[in-house]
Amino acid sequence: HQSSTGREERRFAEVPRESIKLMAESTGVELSEEVAALLAEDVCYRLREATQNSSQFMRHAKRRKLSVEDFNRALRWSNTETVCGYGAQDALPFRPLKEGELFFVEDREINLVELALATNIPKGCAETMVRVHVSYLDGKGNLEPQGTVPTAVQSLSEDLLKYYQQITRAILGEDPHLMKVALIDLQSNSKIAALLPYFVYVISGVKSVSHDLDQLNRLLHMVKSLVQNPYLYLGSYVRSLVSSVMYCILEPLAASINPLNDHWTLRDYAALLLSHIFWTHGDLVSGLYHQILLSLQKVLSDPVRPLCSHYGAVVGLHALGWKAVERVLYPHLPAYWANLQAVLDDYSVSNAQVKADGHKVYGAILVAVERLLKMKALSLTLAAEGSSAGLPGTTTGAVGFRENSPGLSPPPEPLSEPPLGIASHLQAGGAGCQWEEWTPVSLPAMYCELYSFFGDSLAVRFSTDPPLGGAPPPGPCQPLEGRKEPASSAPNLENTRKMPQLTASMNISPRQDGSPRMEPQPPSLAATVPGRSLSRSSSSSSVSRSRSSSSRPGRSTSQSRDIFPKSRFPLPQAGPPAFSFIIGGRQMGRRCLGRRFQTSFTPTPPLTTLPPRAYAHKLPVIGRVSKPVRRWTCSHYSLHLPL
Amino acid sequence: MAAVQDGPMELDTEKETKPEILSDGTSKLSGNAASGTLSSSPLTAGGAPKQEDQQTLIAVLQFLRRNKLSESVEILRREAGLEDQEDSQTLDGSGGGKGDRDGGEANSLLSRVSITSAAAPQSTLTPITVKRANEQLDVSVVLSAYSQQGDPSLYQVYYSGLKNFIESVLDCHRAELSQLFYPLFVHMYLELVYNNHENEAKAFFEKFGGDQECYYQDDLRVLCGLTKKEHLKGNEVLLDFRTSRFVLRISRDSYQLLKRHLQERHNNQIWNIIQEHLYIDIFDGMPRSKSQIDSMSGSFAGEARREVNKVKVFHGLLKEPEIEVPLDDEEDEAENEEGKPKKKKTKKDSMGSKSKKQDPNAPQQNRIPLPELKDSDKLDKIMYMKESTKRIRLGPENLPSICFYSFLNAYQGLTAVDFTDDSSLLAGGFADSTVRIWSVTPKKLRKVKSAGELNLIDKESDDVLERIMDEKTASESKILCGHSGPVYSVSFSPDRNYLLSSSEDGTVRLWSLQTFTCLVGYKGHNYPVWDTHFSPFGYYFVSGGHDRVARLWATDHYQPLRIFAGHLADVTCTRFHPNSNYVATGSTDRTIRLWDVLNGNCVRIFTGHKGPVHSLAFSPNGKFLASGSTDGRVLLWDIGHGLMIGELKGHTDTIYALKFSRDGEILASGSMDNTVRLWDSTKAFDDVETDDFTAATGHIHLPDNSQELLLGTYHSKSTPVTHLHFTRRNLLLAAGGYSSQ
Repeated sequence: HQSSTGREERRFAEVPRESIKLMAESTGVELSEEVAALLAEDVCYRLREATQNSSQFMRHAKRRKLSVEDFNRALRWSNTETVCGYGAQDALPFRPLKEGELFFVEDREINLVELALATNIPKGCAETMVRVHVSYLDGKGNLEPQGTVPTAVQSLSEDLLKYYQQITRAILGEDPHLMKVALIDLQSNSKIAALLPYFVYVISGVKSVSHDLDQLNRLLHMVKSLVQNPYLYLGSYVRSLVSSVMYCILEPLAASINPLNDHWTLRDYAALLLSHIFWTHGDLVSGLYHQILLSLQKVLSDPVRPLCSHYGAVVGLHALGWKAVERVLYPHLPAYWANLQAVLDDYSVSNAQVKADGHKVYGAILVAVERLLKMKALSLTLAAEGSSAGLPGTTTGAVGFRENSPGLSPPPEPLSEPPLGIASHLQAGGAGCQWEEWTPVSLPAMYCELYSFFGDSLAVRFSTDPPLGGAPPPGPCQPLEGRKEPASSAPNLENTRKMPQLTASMNISPRQDGSPRMEPQPPSLAATVPGRSLSRSSSSSSVSRSRSSSSRPGRSTSQSRDIFPKSRFPLPQAGPPAFSFIIGGRQMGRRCLGRRFQTSFTPTPPLTTLPPRAYAHKLPVIGRVSKPVRRWTCSHYSLHLPL
Repeated sequence: MAAVQDGPMELDTEKETKPEILSDGTSKLSGNAASGTLSSSPLTAGGAPKQEDQQTLIAVLQFLRRNKLSESVEILRREAGLEDQEDSQTLDGSGGGKGDRDGGEANSLLSRVSITSAAAPQSTLTPITVKRANEQLDVSVVLSAYSQQGDPSLYQVYYSGLKNFIESVLDCHRAELSQLFYPLFVHMYLELVYNNHENEAKAFFEKFGGDQECYYQDDLRVLCGLTKKEHLKGNEVLLDFRTSRFVLRISRDSYQLLKRHLQERHNNQIWNIIQEHLYIDIFDGMPRSKSQIDSMSGSFAGEARREVNKVKVFHGLLKEPEIEVPLDDEEDEAENEEGKPKKKKTKKDSMGSKSKKQDPNAPQQNRIPLPELKDSDKLDKIMYMKESTKRIRLGPENLPSICFYSFLNAYQGLTAVDFTDDSSLLAGGFADSTVRIWSVTPKKLRKVKSAGELNLIDKESDDVLERIMDEKTASESKILCGHSGPVYSVSFSPDRNYLLSSSEDGTVRLWSLQTFTCLVGYKGHNYPVWDTHFSPFGYYFVSGGHDRVARLWATDHYQPLRIFAGHLADVTCTRFHPNSNYVATGSTDRTIRLWDVLNGNCVRIFTGHKGPVHSLAFSPNGKFLASGSTDGRVLLWDIGHGLMIGELKGHTDTIYALKFSRDGEILASGSMDNTVRLWDSTKAFDDVETDDFTAATGHIHLPDNSQELLLGTYHSKSTPVTHLHFTRRNLLLAAGGYSSQ
């Protein structure tokens, strides 16, 4: 049976009759040539049959390798004696002998005594166990990269631990160069999934370093790197990251007590990050978007909160996209305006700091609102155009983000459009959420109301925007504008009917007090939110509610392009270029520059230099510009209005 | 053991009788026929639908009477309705004849069928297995057909003459007639061997062996080793080949062509073989193309006869029982109801509304007596419905995540895996004859306390079910020892109370998952049992093994209720149809058969696999069947029409696991090649055009769209996939033993 271990394949092994004779002789039987030949053939056949049968046992044991056990089973079931002594698990080496064609299985002698007394204990067989590996597939059937191993299963290796220590040390340490390297690695390393919870934990430490702007900044950078890492699946950690970021946006940080600390930039950056998270990982945690909107809304509607928190809320909303602004900021504006107004109206020296903060908020709201109007106009024209344009919102948003991610600090504007999915989610989920009742406000109505707060400073933003878009906030404004051009030129029924009404009233507005309130106040708004309008009227008593008959809808002109009243300003009647100067200056002061400027602000009564317009809310900043701002010039020339 | 009676019987081998399985393990035949204990007269169950011949029955009766088996005579007579004994009531309790191996289940659950449906024409078939064909065909009788043949030296001439003829005919006929080559070749070779023309046989094989289709290689390998008449006697595989007629499907035109040719040449040798050993199924219409033929051939005994697959199969699902479901506001409570199944149901809501309408293809609700639902079953159904509302809808755009359970340190060799339907338990069968059970959830496995301790428990308390558990025994896994050979399959009962395991030692064992002990050992196969599977409603189970039969059992009967015989080689895998009225078996003879549980008839034979079938899966709607074999191909079958409707190519090794997703949109296949593949089954089923013609002839033209249907391939590092399971929410679980090589 020695040869039985040889597998019969296509070419069948033959047992020569000599072997048979030899074996017979070894047991003392003499065989004739003929018998030996027959026996040899029969043995061959039996072996082959047994081998064929044994393969079935192999297949059912779900193995690829035929084992001696299988062969023995086949023998046993055909009532044949089994072959003993070859049951070792290890492969048996099949050796050739140099002299002559002889092959044999090596069968070494084993010294049992030595084996028994040996000190090296054989490795015990480990307990059979089951291990789980989960492959998360995305919709397309691709395996999600890393980060997918349940943390309970994955253990932290020594290397990873070291990596973690080095990275955190580098990021939170003093060396800016080291930090940069660490951040870049964090952003691209594909093997750090297991460390994600640890990093998230570190980041959640923002609360303990709220006095240190620098550290906060570094932690935010860490968030950004993690979010940008394409190999990480953030999963539910998004929630934790977002809460850390929100902390930086909203909380009255200890660092902001000192007016010299530029916590505004930090908030801007955090807001930017927030929108980034939503842009890339928005759908990981359901309902998160709503939660954030709610918390922002809560801060905004809480008058006890310091202005810097309010600023954060506004910037945050802005970062979440114009729909968020429309849904949360816009309805709250009337109520909020009273508080802000009170701050801005207080010219006492002790209030200077607070007032400066108030201006920051004012500026932020203005920017947010401006974008809201623009995007809304764009969406309207797009809707009119039909869906043929594809999804410009997302594409431009993406472009905007790409362009901006390196620069990061000041402009929250360009990337603020969240993925469309979220925007639609917002609308769809609105019903289930405990929002204040919200009815969409038509664009003109919105503009009118906003105009009542901001006056011409809002109007001018539109007139001067395109060149500005080229300079300080580089971003998607350009492509958006480009898109808008042909869109709006197409005759839009709604626009043509309503917009001219605005322009008509605007013609009168600059000089006439009160009358151009031109607030068409959609009935829905008035009906649903009486409290709001009440509070507004009480707060801005100077605002006359009277509506000139000229502002009634229904008057149509042929000027289809004019969506906003911007074009009115260059008119000779409105005349004064000085006016737009002022606005430009105000605008510049909105950001970091403005901080410096505002600290040097002196509370002189501005009314004299201002056009006497009650609805302009005495924009105190206007005209305070000590020196003309460089960029202003270009905005001056660009009153051609591509809208 | 009354049946062990040798002697020629004048029984038509084609009649619808079950073969006798010699259960006498000790009966050793001569050394040559070493494995001859497994002697059976494999009957083509293809003849099943044929009305039984009165003559045959009378012959059987005479035989029985001669052997003084009066009780069997009685039973048979009553069942066959030979006497005007309408009173089938007496059936109840009339069984259980002494020494009547298979007759003991007369009062089984199944026998109730006949009472309830006494009016039905089939009703007299009660415990089918009682009917026995006691004839033991002598090997020599079978082989004698080969004896008087012509000049051995002319065989080559005959064969090559036919070959030349077939190669010269028109293309459209050539493909069809080429089917003749293989069976003719084998029969002629066997004739030569039988008549001791060893050298001629070798030369014959040498010359024409290479011409045969590549998918017959395995058989040819067996054949070429066989050169002696004595060997022939011991080789069951070739005996089967002899006794069963090889079925060919040929169009009338081609057949006429062939007939004319053979008659012109007076080629009686070949004509005789065709007459005696082949069954030519002639159809009218266009001859089939080569690819059509190839897709259906490959089986051990040719294609299935057309009429075999004409029987109506009730493939619809049974109506779901109406269960009062607690409304959703109780959801929180329901979440932890597993721990306390005593929860009272206050609110009522019938969930069965959607299945109110009876599926026209569904069998009668009580066609097969099914166990009544217990309270715990109802709770489980409620859980199931709750879970299914959270189910992910799968599709090509939405593939399931895969959770892979690797068995580490399975140096004993993992041979079988099963999950419970709710995916809470995992069982593994090992080559060292143990079965291990793991809890996949944090809930540990606990035994019930011993009898003495149970007496101390307050039986009135609310948490009595909790109290009976022995906390000391809680562990993550349990080992079940009892088998004396590798465990080849394990199967959980739907209620998670029992586990079945089948082993090389020839037994199927039933284990309790309350006490983790063996309850019953079902003996009957006497040879390795390759597979066993619980019915989706519990109580029944099916097993199949090396003895080439599948058996239907009920857990409370130690004898099988039905024996499904007909496969020509080992039954490798068995599956219950979702409505529990049918059983599918896959075999090493490369066919799949569908059996009717009610009467034991074979109602479908599917051919087309080119290797042993190792996995089967019914689609959840019961309409389709998927099968995987060693050749790495998955075939899809339409049960209602009896057609092959798809071929999924991609795997490179044996497919051991197949599973449809809960909604049937995705088919997952797992293989020895360490991959899990996902297929778009919806598309596969939709793409098939089943017009009346293809349905009538069964000549389907398969689209070659495997690549389009393949939705994904997922590799494990070094773990063959032995089992696949979709959780109730459609997460895919896979399992296999890690092999470090």
